[in-house]
Formats: sequence, C-alpha cells, structure tokens
Amino acid sequence: MTKLAEDVIFDFLHMEAVKYMYDQCSNEKHSEDDATSKLEHMGYSTGYRLADRLSRESLRFNDELDLLKYVCKVVWSAVYRKEVDNLRTNHQGFYVLHDNAFRFFTSMSRSKQYLEQAPKYLALPCGVVRGALANLGVQCVVTAEVTTLPACKFQVQVQRA
Amino acid sequence: MAVSIAVIGKDNAPLYMWVAPGRDELNLQFLSHTALDIIQEKVSPANRAPTDSRELYLGLLYASEEYKIFGYMTNTKIKLVIITDASNTTLRDNEIRMMFRRLHNAYTSAVCNPFYSPGDPLISKKFEASVGALVSGN
Repeated sequence: MTKLAEDVIFDFLHMEAVKYMYDQCSNEKHSEDDATSKLEHMGYSTGYRLADRLSRESLRFNDELDLLKYVCKVVWSAVYRKEVDNLRTNHQGFYVLHDNAFRFFTSMSRSKQYLEQAPKYLALPCGVVRGALANLGVQCVVTAEVTTLPACKFQVQVQRA
Repeated sequence: MAVSIAVIGKDNAPLYMWVAPGRDELNLQFLSHTALDIIQEKVSPANRAPTDSRELYLGLLYASEEYKIFGYMTNTKIKLVIITDASNTTLRDNEIRMMFRRLHNAYTSAVCNPFYSPGDPLISKKFEASVGALVSGN
C-alpha cells in the first residue's frame, strides 16, 4: 500500500498524541485509563464534527444499517483511505466491523512483539466511530479488539433509549 | 429575497436566526418553529412515501397568506428553515434549494471552528457574512 505524504502527517500526529498521553501516565496522578479516555474523547469530537461535513452530500439514511454502512464506507475512506472489509450484524443493534489491514497497524511488525501495545492505538479510532454515529443519531458503545496484526475489529453496541 | 432564515439544532433549540430588517421578528420566529412539526412529519420513516427521493431538501412546508416556508434537514438532524414572502414569485424551487445548500455549507464550516462546541448558538462573523451574502442574492 502506498501512502501519500499528506496521509503520513496524520499518522505521525496520531502517534505523537498516543505517545504524549501515555507518557503522562508515568506520574501517579494519571492512570492509563485516563489516557485512553482522553484519546477516546479526542476521537469523539473529531468524529462528531467530521460527520457534519462528510454527510453533506449524501441522501437521508433509511435506517441504522444504512448508517453503519455509510460509516464503513465514507468515514473509513476519509480517515483511513480504505473501506471496512467486512460488516456483520445480528440485526439487534450489534455490529462488528472487520478491518483486515488497519491503517495504524500496517507499519507495525506482524509478529506478536507489539500486540500488547496495539490497543493504545485503537482508543482514538473508537472515539471517531462513536462520535460520527452520535452526530448522525445513533448512541452507541464502541469497543475494539486486536488478535493478529494488522487486522482488528470494532464492536458497536447500539444503546436503545 | 428571504424574509427570515433559521438554523435549529438537534434538540429543536434555535442556533441562529436572521430576520430581514423591519419585519416582525417574533412572528417569524414563531413561524419557523411551527415548521418543525411539519419537518418532523416529513422525515419520519412511518409516513414516508415509497417514491420519496430521500433528499435533504424538504421543499415547501406550508404557505400562509403572507409567507412561504421552506425546510431542509441535514443528516445530523439540524433543521434549516427559510421564509420568503408569498407574493415573491421570482424565487424558484431550484434557487431555494441552492440557498439551502449554501447555508448548509456555511453551517458545516462554522462547526469546524475548534472554539465552537456543537449545540451552542452560532455566534460567528463568518457565518453571519455568508448569511448576509445569501440573502442579498450574490
């Protein structure tokens, strides 16, 4: 996969954001959970604003599945330059998004060496998904999981009122 | 051209309101908020016609003796309402559509301002300038 120079800037910025947040955990006042939730919040506001802009040209969405498909296609292409590889649902408000070559992991070694570190790089992406969906009208909880690099999956659990 | 332009948020709180000078502001504010019910009705999936184009522009919501009220709802549930004089026959549907489009663009640019938190009233000179350009017709 070739990367354009402008894409790399986002990668670097994200790397630094993650590094900065987790470096602060070294003193007692901050725990790793704080860093994760801060990054998630950054992602949330990014996704929230992004949704307003990206959905400008699209038609009104039919239903929730339509919306999730939209996030898989448009939001993913805008942020990660590719689409989600596989979207699964149980049709009861639970969705799983598989990405076989997640952008932030493509430059990491494919061995087990960094597997422990990898989830740090998923906090912000989770927030982006949650923020975009929240602005488009779906309140949800997003969690991510990684078993083998560079693949990962995002689980979206929709919160019904 | 337009007599009033309103931007109304997700939870139906007014974000921005512009009224042409010399008009009855209270009445126009009332009219644009009355329009919300019709917008709600138009976009609700229950009574959507199969031929519905799912366009963001909702067309003429209703016309009174004095005014015509047009509506638009973004995918993020932000409602835009434009009110024109009923006597104004020069404005065509397509022009209204273009006005909404430009208003929507101005809104999305305003949201990208890092100092604006979504859901707050829009206080932005840039946004006001775009609305000004819109209503003066250039």
